[in-house]
Amino acid sequence: MSDTSAARSGFTPAYLDRVGSSFTDFLGTAAPDLLPGRRTLPAVSVAELAPHGTTIVSVTFDGGVLMGGDRRATMGNLISSRDIEKVYAADSWSVIGIAGAAGIAIEMVRLYQVELEHYEKIEGMTMSLDGKANRLAGMIRGNLGAAMQGLAVVPLFAGYDLDAAEGASPGRIFSYDVTGGNYEERGYASVGSGSLFAKNSLKKTWRSGLSADAATRALVEALYDAADDDSATGGPDPVRRLYPIVYRVDAEGAVRLTDDEVAAVAEAIVADRAAAEREG
Amino acid sequence: MTMPYYASAEQVMRDRSEYARKGISRGRSVAVLTYADGVLFIAENPSSTLHKVSELYDRIGFAAVGRYSEFESLRVAGIRLADVRGYSYNRRDVTGRVIANAYAQTLGEVFTQQMKPFEVELCVAEVGDTPESDQLYRLTFDGSIVDEPDFVVMGGQADAVTANLRQHFTHGLGLAEALRVGVQALSAVSPATAANGGGHEQLPAEQIEVAVLDRRRPKRAFRRVVGAALAALLADQPAPEEAAPAEVATGHAPSAPAPGTPPGLGDPAAVDTAGGAEQASVQPGTQDGVGGGTDGDSTTRDQ
Repeated sequence: MSDTSAARSGFTPAYLDRVGSSFTDFLGTAAPDLLPGRRTLPAVSVAELAPHGTTIVSVTFDGGVLMGGDRRATMGNLISSRDIEKVYAADSWSVIGIAGAAGIAIEMVRLYQVELEHYEKIEGMTMSLDGKANRLAGMIRGNLGAAMQGLAVVPLFAGYDLDAAEGASPGRIFSYDVTGGNYEERGYASVGSGSLFAKNSLKKTWRSGLSADAATRALVEALYDAADDDSATGGPDPVRRLYPIVYRVDAEGAVRLTDDEVAAVAEAIVADRAAAEREG
Repeated sequence: MTMPYYASAEQVMRDRSEYARKGISRGRSVAVLTYADGVLFIAENPSSTLHKVSELYDRIGFAAVGRYSEFESLRVAGIRLADVRGYSYNRRDVTGRVIANAYAQTLGEVFTQQMKPFEVELCVAEVGDTPESDQLYRLTFDGSIVDEPDFVVMGGQADAVTANLRQHFTHGLGLAEALRVGVQALSAVSPATAANGGGHEQLPAEQIEVAVLDRRRPKRAFRRVVGAALAALLADQPAPEEAAPAEVATGHAPSAPAPGTPPGLGDPAAVDTAGGAEQASVQPGTQDGVGGGTDGDSTTRDQ
């Protein structure tokens, strides 16, 4: 009887089943067409047709974690966007940065943000940081088919651990691979085409217990080094006043640094490099 | 299996109404009031975890009285509807009216088509940019929906509380003042207060659940008022603006970073190694009897 009444505009039975607090699982039963992983895939690679985002860097500091990304998206040999944003706040205590097929990645971030908020509202408490990292792994796993057609999405996830044991660092970073593998990183991490160069840079500049300001500088410098050697990563653009997006997550929650703050750091780095070049 | 016998539709509806009304009036009251900066929810509720008041969406809140299991599933359905709409359209496209309509349809269907009606009464509240655009929808067990102007009182001795509020409520109260008026009205009928044989002068902080939809908050307007903030408001002291939320109680066991491992597997608090080789050899045969019959099935949905 309740099945026939579902045709009217009240809640369908799926809505009233008191099972699960996951938004993704709920969409899977109530509106599966809204999920990114459920679509039929093209038979050939479409990597050249879709914009791809590039380098994301995350760095821990004393009391939290930072994440930043450059502003470039590429489509084959073209620069498809100069001002794309690839780092987002996932909720009040965590951030997510994305490299790979931009369209799918942004849809995934949107779904992930709703997933975390949905859980919070239904359960009345936030998910643990490990739980959040695991949920994201599940979404990446669902995208494996698309990844094989050139639409891979590889995120970087970082957050402030509200449950951190006494003495443990509250800022934590998790990296992923296309199969949904999920690993916690030590100190810093990077994904995307310029990640090799960014990591090499951080190897020299990062040490544990950095202050937030020093870590911000190390992060922006790593993005600068990545842009130096990787054609798909954009450097600071003083002409259009486009600078990397940087989020800081600490005991106060996730905040995006203002453009002026990041611009000051980026300009200081450029000035120091120019001075070093003149002396050398 | 039940034998159908004749009863007039009028009689059936009357019996169901009476049944639902009795169930609802057995509980404690909830008051939802508008105030200068939004909407204030006050529920007489000794439990700090089984909530009667909840967030539905950015600007929309929910309050309920009656049978917990029934309004809890309606609350979850409302959150699901809001999130599905917000995800497939835009966050701005989620309105209190849409959710209130879905509740009205569902309650109406259950009332007319099932043996036992829902013993619940709900309020869906939405804050706008100005006090004039705030909305309070009251939904009753039979699916009626009313758009109330100033305040809504549901459950318990709702009529007595409403009469009390009519005398004391005015437009544009501050938060502390609105809370005082609301708590005073609930206290007048509560069995926990001295006037009715209880031990308290007025309902104390641990007996009430308070939350606000604050239009000044940027995105999610819903905020619970608990602990020191609630005590200060009740004592009519200037409310300490929330300090840095450094010490947030999350209810999780402590965790430690474990680089190189998938999250959770390196947790020192977890002795379970997720089926690692050593563990399996120590404890053979644990596969049996794990997880048997714990899944709910869909029949539990019906009464």
